[in-house]
Amino acid sequence: MPDTHALVNDFLNKLKKRKIEGSKTTAKMTAELLRTVISQQRIPNTNQAGALIQAINAIGEQLVSANPVELAVGNIVRRVLHIIREEDLSLTTASIGGLSLQALSDDEDNIDRDDRPVLSAAAVAAAARSTLRPPSLQTLLEDVPHSAAIHQSSSSAGDSEEKTKSTDKNSRSRKLKHNVIETVNELIQDIATCHELIAEQAVEHIHHNEVILTLGSSGTVIEFLCAAKEKKRNFRVFVAEGAPRYQGHTLAKELVTRGLQTTVITDSAVFAMISRVNMVIVGAHAVMANGGVIAPVGLNMVALAAQRHAVPFVVLAGIHKLCPLYPHNPEVLLNELKSPSEVLDFGELSDCMEYSTGSGAPLLHVVNPAFDYVPPKLVSLFITDTGGHNPSYMYRLIADYYSADDLVLQHRPAVS
Amino acid sequence: MDPRRPSRVIDPKVRKVGFFTPGPPPDRTQSGPAATPPSQSPISNTLSPIMIPPARHASDNLSRAVGMPVPAGSQLHGHPPVDSLQVGSYTLSDSVLSPSPTRSPSSRVGLDGDFSEDSVNWMKRSNSGRYTPVLPTGGPDLTQSIEASIDESSGDHIAELQKNPKPLKAKTTKAERRALQEAQRAAKATAKGEGNKSVATSATSAPAQTSKPARHPSQKKEPPPLVSSTPILEKKGTEKAPEKDRKKEVPPPRMQFDDKNRVEKAKKRSVVKQTEARNRVELFRHLPQYERENQLSDLESKFFQLDNVHPAVFKVGLQFLSGDIMWSNARCISMLQSFQKIIEEYTTPPEKTLTRDLTTKINASVSFLIECRPLSISMGNAIRFLKSRITKIPLTQTEFEAKTSLSSDIDRYINEKIILADKVIVGHAVTKIRDGDVLLTYGSSALIEMVLLHAYGLRRRFKVVVVDSRPHLEGRVMVRKLVEKGVSCTYTHVNAVSYIMHEVTRVFVGAASVLANGTVYSAVGTACVAMVAHAFHVPVLVCCESYKFHERVQLDSICSNELGDPDVIAKVPGRKDNCLDDWANKENLQLLNLAYDVTPADYVSMIVTEHGMIPPTSVPVIVREYGREHILI
Repeated sequence: MPDTHALVNDFLNKLKKRKIEGSKTTAKMTAELLRTVISQQRIPNTNQAGALIQAINAIGEQLVSANPVELAVGNIVRRVLHIIREEDLSLTTASIGGLSLQALSDDEDNIDRDDRPVLSAAAVAAAARSTLRPPSLQTLLEDVPHSAAIHQSSSSAGDSEEKTKSTDKNSRSRKLKHNVIETVNELIQDIATCHELIAEQAVEHIHHNEVILTLGSSGTVIEFLCAAKEKKRNFRVFVAEGAPRYQGHTLAKELVTRGLQTTVITDSAVFAMISRVNMVIVGAHAVMANGGVIAPVGLNMVALAAQRHAVPFVVLAGIHKLCPLYPHNPEVLLNELKSPSEVLDFGELSDCMEYSTGSGAPLLHVVNPAFDYVPPKLVSLFITDTGGHNPSYMYRLIADYYSADDLVLQHRPAVS
Repeated sequence: MDPRRPSRVIDPKVRKVGFFTPGPPPDRTQSGPAATPPSQSPISNTLSPIMIPPARHASDNLSRAVGMPVPAGSQLHGHPPVDSLQVGSYTLSDSVLSPSPTRSPSSRVGLDGDFSEDSVNWMKRSNSGRYTPVLPTGGPDLTQSIEASIDESSGDHIAELQKNPKPLKAKTTKAERRALQEAQRAAKATAKGEGNKSVATSATSAPAQTSKPARHPSQKKEPPPLVSSTPILEKKGTEKAPEKDRKKEVPPPRMQFDDKNRVEKAKKRSVVKQTEARNRVELFRHLPQYERENQLSDLESKFFQLDNVHPAVFKVGLQFLSGDIMWSNARCISMLQSFQKIIEEYTTPPEKTLTRDLTTKINASVSFLIECRPLSISMGNAIRFLKSRITKIPLTQTEFEAKTSLSSDIDRYINEKIILADKVIVGHAVTKIRDGDVLLTYGSSALIEMVLLHAYGLRRRFKVVVVDSRPHLEGRVMVRKLVEKGVSCTYTHVNAVSYIMHEVTRVFVGAASVLANGTVYSAVGTACVAMVAHAFHVPVLVCCESYKFHERVQLDSICSNELGDPDVIAKVPGRKDNCLDDWANKENLQLLNLAYDVTPADYVSMIVTEHGMIPPTSVPVIVREYGREHILI
């Protein structure tokens, strides 16, 4: 599999050089890469899932270390690992379920044989539902008989399991890979459509004559606002330009072409204007497990101002931005210092660079962080593609999308 | 309005006389002697603490005393006639005073001018200040003086006033004697604090005997002389008075630019070409915003057409318009200096008085400057000061004397209120800088720069974080100056402030003005920085000269602000293709360039002024107590 290797290296380079921008594209590319990796992976006869997981883990670790700040990479790697685990589980439960059925109805051996594929498909569907949909009462209900069945069967038909396993090993191995790729495809699909899913909820949150403030630019925010506009809601938007990249300008231009009343303000005027704003809607870089947000720089200031004036601070985040880690000192550890050239033009203040302390260190430092950390208490609402959530609920969402084993993508000693 | 105002202005002196005679209560005490004395003493007590700050009594007293002078007068002269005289005297004083040239012009100027700064306040204060010495002597003399004024009516009013004090002193002895009597009486009635009565009560005691005739006027104010109620009434009296005062003090509403009629009128008068900017932000209709492009060149070409604008003022105006002078102190100083030139070259035209004519001249140049750029609050204060100075020029002074005194006043104002004040502030602020500190400052402020450099000169080891923001990027100037001197600096933009705030130990910011509710009116973005600092529990120190304090209050940054040129926002420095270049042609797109914002008082830990380091809650105190000091001693 030299080709996957090349692909991985290529992607690693891009990540390291920060060629890929935006968590959405990163997430999508990561998922696609992992899909090819899985499809190319040769799978041993025993412990297929384990081998797959190990392979993904190794690559994932490389990817994450290439750009530890781009949390979307890690998120996707974890998602894929979770998918593999789920598929594996559903396959085993399906086979066990088939077994138990077989044990229960001894006289209908033939029928049982035919039934199995159907059953396993249903199990896969259920598993897929549980991974990709928000937990619902139905999934819970569907789950219950399975687990009950497992317990029953494991106690009753212990040795017969071995036998069946060996018989349909081949079909299972193909099935696992196939199923995993299927689900990863679904995941890619989800990432691609998350904007639309989020934008669909716009009407529920934006009413007539609302005044909305946003900072910088985010694809999700554009879609969200435009969706509301398309539903004939008329509102005004204050756009803070978002130093040092001034993406607010592009956002403003985009909004104006869609016919929204837009006012561009400087970042420093955020506090002055926030008292006349009904809602702050911003995008995020990543959402942490505690409900804190890693956001484009400047948003902590906006969030504080919003809190001061009791303005709801709404964060739009696709589910691929949901990171299962708890942040520790995120302002520093999950931040990235960018080139000063964004803050100072080339040559600007260059005469000051000559001055230095006795030890030769320059007197002038220019700081240009990329991200801000917004603590959960400042966030009023998250809108994800699965609906609106409180910051305090984030940990629960995470349990749905990631399995606890994958939280740390460290290279572990080989299991088998 | 005009005829009335002057009288108002004058009222204070009459009242003042009354102030020292807190007579009405004693009056009543006589009617019910047993109970009243206790009430009396508290009054005197309450008064004395109030009076400690010199400036304040003036206003308090003035307002309170309206009724008082009468009784005192009545004592001395036969009662019934006195009464009539008194009533007359009020009206007379009005009539006498209003024509008197020194007063009326000033007040009128204040009214007529479009500027928010009204000289009336200062007038009032100055009057009160001048008359205070008269007060202790007691009411009777006033009436006399008024009589005198009636006699002399043609004569100079000021002259009379100056006469007053002398005869008064003689009479105080009488009053004192009476006070003693009163005191004894009171002592009999109750053992409560007689000691305090001394001078203040002495005046009051006088009316006590005359009681009946005197009462009528007093009763107007405080109806029933009930014992229990007297203290309360007194309170009311004291409180009412300041209220009245305040009414007058409240700065007149600013020009609202969404009022079409007024805008039209203003346009007619305007010198600078003002075409309203396109794509205005709806929220800020009430603030002026004009197309900038041609203003400067247009104004430059008008140089020879503007007769009524002095070249010095013209120059300053151009500098304001082009943004060459941006800092509030610099603007204020350059404006005052240009006025100084006006005054130097001024000659009173025939058949006109200096006070009146010069004020109109100043007014004209002020309105010219306003057209160039809206006045800052500090400039408004300075103009107010100058006008009050002009109106206070005694008629007896020759033109030359008046001019030199005005010119030196301006010099002293610049010196004491700005330059010396800065030095004192630097001295105060430096004490708050310790070794190892990381100081954050926002934008650029000359005063903060002085503080930092001074601290550096004292060999304190500290680092500076300069936070900057568009559109002016003034912070770069600051960084350059600091680095050149050897101060270690970190430069960043305002969005990164919450990243950098972790390492910061103190925030130093300058201010354009500090308002009476403790809010700091400052360059836009200061509020953001202060807010983040507050969230990170970093103390925020605002350095501001007290001449920038203002009695106005403001809750948000929207009601009054200044709009900058929106084009600046569209252009990102160092970028060739700005996506907002043709913003003016897009109906839905507006650019907003706010100049100031308002930092709520709770984000400010301390305001460093030349009077010391105060919490923001003490701002109104400074405004009240030291505001009067605008009148240089």
